[in-house]
Amino acid sequence: MVDIPEHLLKRSKDAKGKAGGAADAPADAPEPEEAAGAAEASEADAPAAAESSGIPAHLLARSKAARSKGGDEGDDAGGATKAATATKTPPAKAAPAAKPAAAGAGPARTQRLLAVVKAGSIQTTKKDPVDKVNVWPHLLVEEFVALLLVTAFLMVFSVLLSAPLQDQANPNLTPNPSKAPWYFLGLQELLTMFHPMVAGVTIPGIGIFALLAVPYIDRNPATKPSERKFAIAIFTFFLIYWSVLVMFGVFFRGPGFNFVWPWADGIFFDF
Amino acid sequence: MATKTNGNGNGKGKIAESVSNVMTEKVHGGQVWSSIFRPGSVFRKGYSDSPRNRAYTVMNSVLYHLHPVKVKRHAVKVSYTLCLGGVSFFLFILLTVTGIFLMFVYRPTAANAYQDIQALQTQVAFGLLVRNLHRWGAHLMTFTVFLHMARVFYHGAYKPPREFNWVVGVILLVLTLMLAFTGYLLPWDQLALWAVTVGTNMIGFTPVFGDQVRFILLGSNEIGPNTLLRWYTLHVLMFPFILVIFLAIHFWRVRKDGGISGPL
Ligand code: HEM
Repeated sequence: MVDIPEHLLKRSKDAKGKAGGAADAPADAPEPEEAAGAAEASEADAPAAAESSGIPAHLLARSKAARSKGGDEGDDAGGATKAATATKTPPAKAAPAAKPAAAGAGPARTQRLLAVVKAGSIQTTKKDPVDKVNVWPHLLVEEFVALLLVTAFLMVFSVLLSAPLQDQANPNLTPNPSKAPWYFLGLQELLTMFHPMVAGVTIPGIGIFALLAVPYIDRNPATKPSERKFAIAIFTFFLIYWSVLVMFGVFFRGPGFNFVWPWADGIFFDF
Repeated sequence: MATKTNGNGNGKGKIAESVSNVMTEKVHGGQVWSSIFRPGSVFRKGYSDSPRNRAYTVMNSVLYHLHPVKVKRHAVKVSYTLCLGGVSFFLFILLTVTGIFLMFVYRPTAANAYQDIQALQTQVAFGLLVRNLHRWGAHLMTFTVFLHMARVFYHGAYKPPREFNWVVGVILLVLTLMLAFTGYLLPWDQLALWAVTVGTNMIGFTPVFGDQVRFILLGSNEIGPNTLLRWYTLHVLMFPFILVIFLAIHFWRVRKDGGISGPL
């Protein structure tokens, strides 16, 4: 049997008491269906009873039509709503809640079962409590300190080291070597190995596409490093590979983009 | 409060005191002041450190309310995000501010650009410093965005429900690179011209429409005055504009996806 929370039990008992009317309302353990509160839609069986139940005529007509169609209207919801098909059920068997009514003196009632909801889905409406802290002051103070540190660092750096400014641009004078900015030096390095189309278009294209697709390729839900060794290994591999290419381009390429030892021939690079 | 004395017996304290009283009562407590600073502002009269004011401080400030009122405890650990996303964002703001100052001096024409940079460095007060801040800030931002991406990867922070924010992030990465690259041309020195030449030559090898794309980007077949104007416009207007839009989506998604991921 499913665990039914206290307050739902109480509610269903109250409801039963009301529905029972004259009948002696037995307080037997309710079925999960009722606890779910889904079997509330009741309808009168005969038109004669319509007046007493106070249900508008057009709704009655609609429910009758639905009933005559019977169960061939399959439920497409599936899963939790396995009993959601609208089927005609004899009053006595309709749902336990209807029992007192059937036994009692009142008009015969039919209960229609609309859905069976699993207990879990109505019990976990509340989120688990999360340990939280106020953004002010805790986060804002940290951000402010980070901001000051970055500003201070950049200030000192900018006072000590000036941005390069070489001679005015001259299309007729190609410097040797000509290097791309550092973030594209990896591509320039690839240029020494592959056809320009492969190095300059295909590989970066695949690279960006692969990056975009990362969340859809890696379907492993784990976030613990020990449970995603492959993903980490492959990302680290590319990260190192890329860094090595960039470093190589920065330090080990001289005139003609040929290999040099930076300590012997100097560094041919400017930021 | 108004009747308190400092007890040192000389009149100076009294004057200072009445000045401070006027400050608190008339200015600090006045209508003008409290219309500027919304409830919860630390500048408001009677600010006290209460849970309510802590919440108000965030909610009632246009800048701070990028944040929720509360975050998970582990989210404020510097060791988790390493502040890399935040630092990238701050650098972007710093680049916007310094960039605007540079625009006061710089003209994007082949005849003026180089001389303007020289003048900036030698004749404009703090011109060299601002240029250095802009240049080093740009390199640093490119780097921190890379690092931010790596930290997000190593935390598996792109996993559901954050897949799309990773995609937005990759777009931000590409935009950051494009901003850095278009800016690289603007000093119009040999370094700029030839670095961009190397970079854009590759575009021409794109199958089918490579030459057309290159022509559109350069404004001619070779890098020249047209390129300068085009890349200037891209650099100061178009790319920042697009970047800001995607930044808004990025931050919004961080919140909608339930705040920072983790703890691991
Ligand atoms: C202009 C560049 C970018 C800025 C300013 C930026 C800013 C931020 C900020 C402030 C956060 C909050 C957490 C943190 O500080 O780490 C964040 C989270 C995130 N960013 Fe970025 N970001 C940028 C680029 C990227 C890139 C290139 C990627 C990935 C390819 C990315 C993916 C993410 C993801 C998935 C999160 C959620 C992380 C989590 O929940 O732990 N972002 N970003």
